[in-house]
Parts: sequence; C-alpha cells; structure tokens
Amino acid sequence: MTNLLNRDDISPDTALWLEQQTSKGLLRFLTCGSVDDGKSTLIGRLLYDSQLILDDQLASLKKESRNRTTGDEGIDFSLLVDGLAAEREQGITIDVAYRFFSTDKRKFIVADTPGHEQYTRNMATGASNADLAVVLVDARKGLLTQTRRHSFILSLIGVRHVVLVINKIDLVDYDQEVFDRIESEYRSFAERLGFDTLVAIPVSSLKGDNIVSASPNTPWYSGSPLVPYLETIDVSVDHSGLPLRFPVQWVNRASLDFRGLSGTVASGTVKVGDEVLVASSRKPAIVSRIVTMDSDLPEAITGQAVTLVLDRELDISRGDMLTHPGSTPEYSNQMQARLVWMHEEPAHPGRSYLLKIGSQVVPATITNLKHCTNVNTLEKIPGNNIELNEVGTVTMATDKPIAFDSYGANANTGGFILIDRITNATLGAGVIDFGLRRAQNLTYQSFDVNRAVRAKLKGQEPQIVWFTGLSGSGKSTIANLIEKRLTAEGKHAYILDGDNVRHGLNRDLGFTDTDRIENIRRVSEVAKLMGDAGLIVLVSFISPFRNERRLAREIVGDLKFIEAYVDTPLEDCEARDPKGLYAKARRGEIKNFTGISSPFEPPEHADIVLHGGEKSPEDLAEELYARIFS
Amino acid sequence: MSASISRLSNLQALEAESIEIFREVASAFERPVMMYSVGKDSSVLLHLARKAFYPSRIPFPLLHVDTTWKFREMIAFRDRTAVEYDLDLIVHTNADGVRDKINPFDHGAAYTDIMKTAALRQALTSGQYDAAIGGARRDEEKSRAKERIFSHRNAQHAWDPKNQRPELWHTFNTRLNPGESMRVFPLSNWTELDIWTYIYAENIPIVPLYFAAKRPVVERSGTLIMVDDERFVFEKGEKPKDKVVRFRTLGCYPLTGAIQSDAATLPEIIMEMQASRTSEREGRLIDSDQSGSMEKKKQEGYF
Repeated sequence: MTNLLNRDDISPDTALWLEQQTSKGLLRFLTCGSVDDGKSTLIGRLLYDSQLILDDQLASLKKESRNRTTGDEGIDFSLLVDGLAAEREQGITIDVAYRFFSTDKRKFIVADTPGHEQYTRNMATGASNADLAVVLVDARKGLLTQTRRHSFILSLIGVRHVVLVINKIDLVDYDQEVFDRIESEYRSFAERLGFDTLVAIPVSSLKGDNIVSASPNTPWYSGSPLVPYLETIDVSVDHSGLPLRFPVQWVNRASLDFRGLSGTVASGTVKVGDEVLVASSRKPAIVSRIVTMDSDLPEAITGQAVTLVLDRELDISRGDMLTHPGSTPEYSNQMQARLVWMHEEPAHPGRSYLLKIGSQVVPATITNLKHCTNVNTLEKIPGNNIELNEVGTVTMATDKPIAFDSYGANANTGGFILIDRITNATLGAGVIDFGLRRAQNLTYQSFDVNRAVRAKLKGQEPQIVWFTGLSGSGKSTIANLIEKRLTAEGKHAYILDGDNVRHGLNRDLGFTDTDRIENIRRVSEVAKLMGDAGLIVLVSFISPFRNERRLAREIVGDLKFIEAYVDTPLEDCEARDPKGLYAKARRGEIKNFTGISSPFEPPEHADIVLHGGEKSPEDLAEELYARIFS
Repeated sequence: MSASISRLSNLQALEAESIEIFREVASAFERPVMMYSVGKDSSVLLHLARKAFYPSRIPFPLLHVDTTWKFREMIAFRDRTAVEYDLDLIVHTNADGVRDKINPFDHGAAYTDIMKTAALRQALTSGQYDAAIGGARRDEEKSRAKERIFSHRNAQHAWDPKNQRPELWHTFNTRLNPGESMRVFPLSNWTELDIWTYIYAENIPIVPLYFAAKRPVVERSGTLIMVDDERFVFEKGEKPKDKVVRFRTLGCYPLTGAIQSDAATLPEIIMEMQASRTSEREGRLIDSDQSGSMEKKKQEGYF
C-alpha cells in the first residue's frame, strides 16, 4: 500500500488528515450482559454522541421511536442497532450486530451481542474477535446469571479487559451505595476469572450520564467516563513476539514453475532465508520468496496474508502448518479442551464430530467429559453431556494428529469449532488447554499374522453385516438364519446381538443418548477385532442414530462393512412384540424406547434394504445371502 | 511495506482479512462465483481477489446481474475491466422480465423483485454455485450489520437471520448440504471511508460516474435522476438540465439519485463524504420503501 503522505496529487492538509484516519488504532469490543440491561441503547447512545447518526437516519429514527421508551432527545437508541424485524417486534437483540464508529483518537468496531440466554452462542461469537468487553448491569437488578455466564465465557475466550457499566443509574437516583455494592460483588466474582483490567462506571445510556463526559449527577465518581476510557486503554498484544505459525490455507500453482503456499501469518514473523519446518512431517525447507501482488517482501509479520515459496518441493497441502525449528506447535491426536456448547442437541461423549482448527478439518470425538462448570459459582459439576449454553471440560481425540497450541499461549492456533457431520451445523466452540502426551506414547503394535493370513486360512472374506431396524423388525431372526447357512457351508461367523452384549460387556450402560453412543462404540470395536480375526460378523443392533452408524463404519476402517436396514413398519413390529417391550413402553414402563418415545433415523444410503413387513424372514435371509455371499 | 513495520495499519489489516476470506472460499467450495456489480465496492473486491490469488488468475468466474437499466458508463467499464484483467465474466439478465418489458418506471418494487432478486436466483441456480461472494459491508444498513462473513442460505437462497451459524475467530464453517449455498462477504468489516481511502491508496480504477461532471438530470421528488438514454420516461413538464453532479452509489440509472457536487478527485470525494450529513444509501430508492425492507429482500434471496 502506498504511503499517503508521499502523494503529490493532494494538499498536505488532506494528506495528513487521510494519514491520521488510516493510521488510527482500532479497538474491537463487545457489549454483553443480561436482557434489558440496555446494551443496544448504550451503543445507540455512543453512535449518537459521536455524531455518527446522519440526518436521514435520525429522521427515520425519530419516526420509529414514537410509542417507545425514549431519552431526552425523543429517540429510542436501541432502534439503531436492533435491525431485524423480529428484534423490533420482541424488543430484544437476537444476533450480533457489528457497528462502526470513530472518534478523533480511535476507530471502534463494536459487537452488540444478545443478552437472551437462548442466543448465548452469538455472544461468544462477538467475544471471539474482541479486545475488550463492556459488561452491562442494570443498577436496579444487580448481577444476574447471564452477567456471570457472559463474564465466564469472556474469560474462557480470552477477553482480557472488562468495563463494568452499571447502567440505568438514573433509575436508582444516582445512588453511590448501589454502585459500590454491585462493583464489589462483581469484583469478588471476577477475581477467579483473571481479567487483566477491570473498571466500573456508573452510566445512564438513556440520559447520557458518564458516556462522553463526567456527569454532574454522579459527583462521587472520580473515574473516567466511558468514551475517553475506551479511547485510551491499551489492549495491545504483541503477536509478533510469539513463535511463527503459518497455517497453509491454499496452494497456489500459478504455473508449472510456480508453487506457492498461501496463508495468513497467525503469529510471529517469517523472513526470506528462514529455515521452516512442516509441523506434520518435520521436514525442513528454506523460504526463498515472500510473494504479494505489490512486490516480493523481505519479511511478513503477524496478520499479513502472503504466499511463501520454498526452496524445495515438499508434500505440503492445505491444513499443514509451517513453523521455525525449535519452536514447533504441539502435534497430537489427543487433547484437553473446554467446550462452549451452542446447539439444542447436547454434546455426547463418543459421538463423532468434525473439528475445524485453522485450516485443518478432522473427525473428532469427545473421549471423556470431565465436568461442566456452574456459571453462578464457577464450581465443577458432573454431567453426562453438555447442554446448550453450558461449558464443559473434556478430553478429545482426533482421527489423525493436528498441529495446535494451547489457547492461552496462542489464541490464533488454539481455538476450534465442532460441526455436526449430518446437518453441518456449528455445534460448539472449544479452546485447547493442552495436548495429551499419552497419544505419543501409544504406538500401534504390528504382528506378522494379519487379517489377510487369517482370512485365507478360513477361506472366507472377513466382513461386517450391520443390521439396523426397530425392535421386533426381524434383525436377529435373519442374522440367525444367515449364520446357520454359513456354518453349514463351513464358514466362520458370529452374531453380536444387542441384548446379549448388554448382559456382559455393556451391562454398565443405560439407554440415554450418551450411553447408546458408547454401546455402539464398544460393539464396533469388538466387531472390528472379530473381523481382524477373520470372522464374518453379523451385528444385530437397533442402532437408531445415523451418527452412530457412521461412527461404526469409521471404527471398523478398511474392513468390508454392509449396512442392512430391516425396514419393518412400526405397526408390524408392535403387533409381533416378541419380547413384550412395546406393550411395556406404551404403558410408560420403559423410557427412551425407539419408535415410541425415542426416534429412529432410517438410513439414507443403506447397502441393502430388507422389507420385513412384506416378506418372511426366510425369504429376506435368502435375499441377503444372494446379494452378499453368493 | 517497509520491514520496520511491526503492526499492520487498519487498512492493511482489513486487506489481509479479506484476502484470507477469498482464499478460504477458493479452498472450501466446489463452484464459487463472485458477484460483480461494477460499483466502487466491487472494484475493491476485484482488486482484493487479484491480490489473494496472485500470481494465479482468479480461480472462479465473476457474475454480473444486468437489469438492462444500468448506466451505460458502467457497462463500458465492466467490459473494459474484464478484458484488462482476463476475467471469466458471466452476464445474466432475466429473459422473462425483458420479454414482459419490466422496467423501473412502470413497475416499482416488482421491477426489483423480477430483474434483481429473481434474476440473481436464476443465475445462481443455473450455475449451481455453492458460494457467492458479495461486496456488502456491515456499515451500510441495519440488517447488513447482522450478517455473518460466511452467511448460510437454504436451497431457495433464503437467509434465516434467527438461525445463523456462530462465527468464532476466523474459523469459518463452510460445510453445506446438497442444494444449500453460502454468501460470503469479504468486505464485512470495511466502512465507506475505508473503501474510498483504499481506492485512493491503491489506485484502483472506478466508474467515472463517481466523479463530478456536467450531466443531464431531472429533479423528481427531491432526487436528481440522470437521463442516461432515450428510454427515460419524462413526467409532465420535466426537461433534463445539465448540472454538475456525481454518484455516491451506482445501480440502475432511473433509481439512483445523483448529488450536486464539485468533487472531481478522490481526495475531494473523501473530504466531501466526511462533511456529509446523509448516509450513503439515501440515494437508493429501493431501500426506503418500508421499514425492514432490506432484511425482507435478503430473506427472499436479494444479496
């Protein structure tokens, strides 16, 4: 980018003004706190007092403000930010709004985040790119659960600076005692959250007290008003002092002679001539060029988007990370992390998710939920899964190792999101505490007698036939017929039956979602071992959820896996009711019974569909046999 | 950029962020497309795209939804730009609308629905694009302030503002189910001033209509409308007068108000904009027909 001061086509005054505008520092902050604490009103007031509301906007604002709670100027400031129709209808903020304003000293991007508990995920979104948080409290109500929850999430995401705005101070007659009480209560709560700075300011957003200048209504308050404070607080973090992290985002193959690695320097500095290492393979190379469209650079600093050319061809693709030797990131497939859950469907240990960290995307599972955290008391509480808006401390395992840092050491390489593998929704966000060393100490033992040898000995192809379908659909009956036939032919098969396994291996498991997932995980591992031993494994499990059937397929890996859906109508299964379970479920004696009080997700792409309502088990077994074994 | 800089300036940081977004789109999607509306934001968007992939060509096509009512200078600029930068430019017009002679003089809001929103949906569907990059900024309008950078759309191209994906750090969830698509906004965090300053700092070519010049206009309910071709429908007593005017935003010429201004250079434009007491979109007639109307249009698939 050219230096504006060196341009000769403008007057020195204009050049200076432009230079000041473009070199102004930027503060990104968010406002948070409970519903109705006045966040949107505060931002509207900031924009208004900074004279950033233009005439046409002001005119339409005044029109829309009729019949609303308005300040002395006749304006409902919240209307400036609550831009969605649904927000105006309900008078609440649903999603983050990003607003821009600037003063002579600084530019600001403020994320106005929702207070409503249902939309806590949007608050976390706003916090993830913020340097500072303005936490609002209604002076009449004091600290609420959401005040604490938001503060806890701020500390988790790593927002280091907090301004506690005790708002609506006009409604408690500018009472210093109220202010002091709330401030001291908040300080004692926030002590354990470890913020770098914390100040409290008494404010009326509606009336404008202590926003841009000290209010005569609070002579007892000697601190800075809000805007001057935001203009001057130092929030700088020197990422350039951190070790180099260069995640490869895109491989640039402009021609046969040009292969560049495009990405943004996440931390540190990289220079031409530097030796760099690939985090996964540990292979070294020298940086020969740093390419940009303007010109080649001698060095690239944190935040710059560049294209690196190396002196030799290495196998590097999107998702790899370049670092300097001696300061490499962790590279592991197991880690401890804290998760903020953002979806109605809770987090289940054992279920497979997609984890995205930087440009790396890998399947991952929660291996252990150590505890959740009570947002009011910050106490650790046990839990089986993490519900919407809860925070849990977990261990995670990824399908292959990933490069990362602990979030505390480097926020740019330690935060990740979890994505649902079927709906693709973003379910949660996580910050990595540390990698677990045991991943590196466990190596897979290789033996000389392998699956192929065992299979040859038995004269068969080991495989897994996974029967899924409602209780009473005929899975076990068909499996039994198949096993009899295979055995008669001298083949070696084994049936893993849901009920039977629950009597032994899985007798500690119940029927909650979390336990069902673990049930499937263990059975998949057993099926894999049996397949490895050369057997034909017939798994007869209701396995109602797509996610777990996908998990099973992934666990067994390169073994042949056939998903056979026994599609028998619920009425037929219920009429048969071989174990009397439907009758019990209808009487309410069994909770979480598939088909009655718990859903069955039919396979979308089963390898074989057997219509249990239309044909006899013998015919279906014949059909299956013909398709798989003959 | 000198080696002594240890932190990026605001504009440099915005540039880097936008480049990162472009690269993420190129990496994560099968069939991306970039919306090219020929305005100043589009010019910046194009410049950033060239930077993101340099020395490669931009690895996706550009799409211009042509209502047939754009300023002639815009079309000329578009075609020159496509040649100069060797772009894959796709121009789409709603043929049904042309057949039915839909025009901004007679058809009001229906014109926008048919020639813009429906045309866009047609083009995106027929191209089977899974990501469409646009130049919208959060500072433009209230519902835009609520947009994610990667904004999910269902199979009907509709936006559900209550159900947006949380977007933490720069970790974007780019995964889609069949039929769904993503709208991507690399300029989300830029302001109008950033755009102008960047155009100036980087010498980015823009349509000359942004600079003041003598142009034939008629005044209609307080707005100056330029008479750009012979299709202009005059109302009773209207006669075009030459005035020194320029445009803050560009769109369809009968719907885009000019402002009286002498600002003929970028520094003059920037200084004038700073002194202005009206917002950028004031001259856009389609934005002000009802409260919440941009949001409504976006739910229907407008960009």
